[in-house]
Amino acid sequence: MTKIIPIGPYHPLQEEPEFFQLHVEGERVIDLDINIGYNHRGIEKLAESKSWDQVVFLVERICGICSTSHPMASVNAMEDLGNIEVPERALYIRSVICELERIHSHLLWLGLAGHFLGYNTVWMWAWKYREPVLDIFERVTGNRQSYAMMKVGGVRRDIEDEDIPWMMKTVQELIPAIDMFMGAFMDDPVLHARLKGVGVLTKKDIHDYGAAGPTARASGVPIDVRKDEPYAAYDRIDWDLITREDGDVFAKVVVRILEIQESIKIIKQCLRKMPKGEIDAKVKELPPGEGIGRAEAPRGEVYHYIRCDGANFPVRYKVRAPSYMNVPTNKTAVVGETISDATIILAAVDPCYCCTERIAVLDKRTDKRIMNGQDLVRLSQEKTEKIRQKMGVKLQKGSDLFGKDGS
Amino acid sequence: MVKEKAVQKLKERFADKIINWKDRSAKRIYVDVRPDDIPEMVKFLFKDLKARFITASGVDTPRGIEILYHFSFDERGLVFSLRTTIAKPEPKIESITSIIKGAEWIEREIWELLGVKFKNHPNLKRLLMAEDWPEGVYPLRRE
Repeated sequence: MTKIIPIGPYHPLQEEPEFFQLHVEGERVIDLDINIGYNHRGIEKLAESKSWDQVVFLVERICGICSTSHPMASVNAMEDLGNIEVPERALYIRSVICELERIHSHLLWLGLAGHFLGYNTVWMWAWKYREPVLDIFERVTGNRQSYAMMKVGGVRRDIEDEDIPWMMKTVQELIPAIDMFMGAFMDDPVLHARLKGVGVLTKKDIHDYGAAGPTARASGVPIDVRKDEPYAAYDRIDWDLITREDGDVFAKVVVRILEIQESIKIIKQCLRKMPKGEIDAKVKELPPGEGIGRAEAPRGEVYHYIRCDGANFPVRYKVRAPSYMNVPTNKTAVVGETISDATIILAAVDPCYCCTERIAVLDKRTDKRIMNGQDLVRLSQEKTEKIRQKMGVKLQKGSDLFGKDGS
Repeated sequence: MVKEKAVQKLKERFADKIINWKDRSAKRIYVDVRPDDIPEMVKFLFKDLKARFITASGVDTPRGIEILYHFSFDERGLVFSLRTTIAKPEPKIESITSIIKGAEWIEREIWELLGVKFKNHPNLKRLLMAEDWPEGVYPLRRE
């Protein structure tokens, strides 16, 4: 008999409205229904009534976490349409902003993943180290979120020379913290037991679903817009593409942590190599035609397609966020796994619903048994504790980074 | 000019089916084809040439509903857009979801926003719009 456990659409524990239905037989998940649309705001339609300059602000409202990825793809599309040359300094500033965003987004995810697994100290620590990144944003752009830095032909604000040493010091101080997370993940036998071989996506799955970003890279598919079609200053900087072959949740954690290190590398080089000069090409108008802009958001490729008839507003504005392609992979990743692993698998693609646009567990024998998101997180946390006890791993209260109660 | 082997292969194989070929830049190619030729070309791009499916986009034009299927050749940073125009008032085209799993959502989206019916789609139901949105009203149509 199949049971269906509903999770969502609205729950205080969830960041955004989402609704999954896990079809289960006993402990096993046999099917998954994903319902989205609770957050549909009609941004593509709205864009048709905005000027090109306003559109950049509009698309920045698509996502509250990776807020600069959409403006980045948007200006890339407009620059593709108009064949616009962007001043060198602006390109470096764009890369700095995009990478700072990747760091804070990956740390946010790492914290949530820790929480789902019952490692609440990771949650607190990851979010603690995210704060200095937001401080940089506040100082450089004036905002902790939605930075309004991108504009067609350049950037809206310069990075002041006197801020650079402080920015360098702040990102440099993150390195030991990220190393600590990496060491803690690699050394913890409980996490290996909990995450390895769980929620595996093969290379074929990635191709079939068109998945992108860390989800693809953790399955050994080396795609990254920053390397494949370099924008901003990514082709002027020395950095490595991070991939792992296993395709499981563990690989996704490792990819994201290592990507934070790469982001720090990129930021430091950009700040050092950034030339002096103009930051804006002062674009007056866009010619009629079509443009395609891409950017590598923390979750994967953001894709914007625009069409212009020569007027100051788009005829068509198409946005494709990475979660739109990554979330459907859950159907493959979660089937055959246990309910207690479902939470971390569904979270592993770092889903973003305001971009894409929801969980339920259903019981067909006795009509319905409702299990909510909180129950699932508790189940997930209990599983980690059971593995810990079975392995005889003891927690040292106060000194252990991964204390269960966060102490 | 793009001299990529994969792209050349496509050009040769479908020479009689390509209405217009435009190399907009070294990284952007737009190709116009007839709606009936879409499944075969999509299959060749996706299965044989291993192009990554990015998404599809629809736009309402005076000539009909235009659909672009966007593919990426990642090693070359190339975006390949296959364009087709479907006649109104009842636009219909074969679904590509049986070829590409990742196309399920975008076909549902184009159906509810532009009213294009995807034939043989396994699950053609609403994705984004509210349940009480009236039938037959398509927000991205210009009429």
